[in-house]
Amino acid sequence: MAGPSSYSEIAAELATRPGHANLGSALVRWLLITVSLVFLGALLAAPLFAVFAMALEKGWDAYFQSFGDPDTQAAIRLTLTTAAIVVPLNTVFGITAAWCIAKFEFRGKSFLITLIDLPLAVSPVVSGLIYVLLFGLNGWFGAWLQENEISIVYALPGIILATMFVTFPYVARELIPLMEQLGNDEEEAAITLGAGGWFTFFRVTLPRIRWGLVYGVILCNARAMGEFGAVSVVSGNIRGLTTTMPLHIEILYNEYNFVGAFAVASMLSILAVITLIIKTLVERSGYRRR
Amino acid sequence: MKSVGQREPNVIPGFGITLGFTTFFLCAIVLIPLAALVLKAGGMEWERFIGVITSDRAVASYRLSFGASLVAAGVNMVFGFAIAWTLVRYDFPGRKIIDAIIDMPFALPTAVSGIALTTVFAGNGWIGQYLEPMGIKVAYTWIGITVALTLIGMPFVVRTVQPAIQEVQRDLEDAAETLGAGRFYVFRRIIVPTVLPALLTGFTLAFARAVGEYGSVIFIAGNMPMKTEITPLLIVIRLEEFDYAGAAALGVVMLSISFVMLLAINLLQVWGRKRMMVSR
Repeated sequence: MAGPSSYSEIAAELATRPGHANLGSALVRWLLITVSLVFLGALLAAPLFAVFAMALEKGWDAYFQSFGDPDTQAAIRLTLTTAAIVVPLNTVFGITAAWCIAKFEFRGKSFLITLIDLPLAVSPVVSGLIYVLLFGLNGWFGAWLQENEISIVYALPGIILATMFVTFPYVARELIPLMEQLGNDEEEAAITLGAGGWFTFFRVTLPRIRWGLVYGVILCNARAMGEFGAVSVVSGNIRGLTTTMPLHIEILYNEYNFVGAFAVASMLSILAVITLIIKTLVERSGYRRR
Repeated sequence: MKSVGQREPNVIPGFGITLGFTTFFLCAIVLIPLAALVLKAGGMEWERFIGVITSDRAVASYRLSFGASLVAAGVNMVFGFAIAWTLVRYDFPGRKIIDAIIDMPFALPTAVSGIALTTVFAGNGWIGQYLEPMGIKVAYTWIGITVALTLIGMPFVVRTVQPAIQEVQRDLEDAAETLGAGRFYVFRRIIVPTVLPALLTGFTLAFARAVGEYGSVIFIAGNMPMKTEITPLLIVIRLEEFDYAGAAALGVVMLSISFVMLLAINLLQVWGRKRMMVSR
């Protein structure tokens, strides 16, 4: 930094800087840091520690035993299955949508972006409700589905659909601004030189968007594994069959099985912490959200 | 951003297929199901529809959902600004960790934050045990609902305001202070005008998220009809009674609120961008 050279110049420079000037600004600084830390401590840190404290209240044995419950294991399996189906589908969708929106000019583009973002604005309960209205017993296709013995609501397909709805925009909204900013030049060069579309995507585009993709996918995954409201409405809460981990937490909690409920909650909390760590690492690598 | 004018024909392949796939997927997962909701409610007789959405219980739930969401978004506006300011302007041990955990509510499942907050703020909880003797009952009251909604809305405000604070031109601040302006004057005339659009956008985002929130609220709410029953919960109750039309009617109310919020957010962002351009 080419700055002031002598001590008096530095002192004069510092004196003009807010936050360094005098006792008053030192006080403001101290106050703001304290207020922020207390607020975040009460709202974020305390609940997070409480999850682990409650899960381990009766010791490690009770904690690990609670995972022996077959219903808990079924809930974990269902959550993993749902995420394994939803996340790849929404990733493919996100990449496709970003390709057509970022690489081409067409009318109605900003409207299309608004529609893709729409699920973020909709209440989770409404996100589940719409599928019940379509596929539920009294729904539009309810009678037909029942005749053909296909169950969507209160079964895995409904859970997948509701989860897809709530996580729909996550990958797309990360990639669209990123790809718009990167521009078309490198892809155009590759195509002009004779590369095919797929080759261009995998060798030119993908390496440049990979951090944005990772970012979108981990957030999509966290929401897919953790979604409560939408899934709760479509699942029917059939214990051991249609309860994902968040729904199983509710059941155990309402049965006053606190160790069990918080043990499952602790797994989801660890997932959240891992998600945040990956997210921070991605940001360290130079990726910035747009 | 892309350049404004259209250049020579685009050589990049895949426009038709990607647009087709995007539109198809969007219709199948988002648009057709949402249309089904509107049609279901539209199929009701008008009097019945109005009757459902203006019933005492429904109105009490709107009042609670809106009131608690407004208070939560307001609290977030104040504390979110303080946190964003602290993170941008000050350096202190642990700043990077604090910056990273701001996003916790995005990553933490709502059911987990729901049971955790209830535990912490219950009468015998870590924080609740100090508040209860002071006569402040948090869990199972509207205050608890507000606390949950504050938690889930917090990152929206902080993350929207942070870049705006980075935009505040420090040379302007310095110049003003050199010319003898007081700290409050600088805050009011330089910082607030720059940050205001972002602050209002963050407020609206937090409010929009809070109005529809379900998972983190129902554990701490107590869920007493007319008292601590939020609108999303009322929809779930109607569904459990197999009153699909009633649920759809309330769902349409919620959906309309979402659209209004979305519009407000877009307008705020346009306004903010315009202000940014003028100030440069």
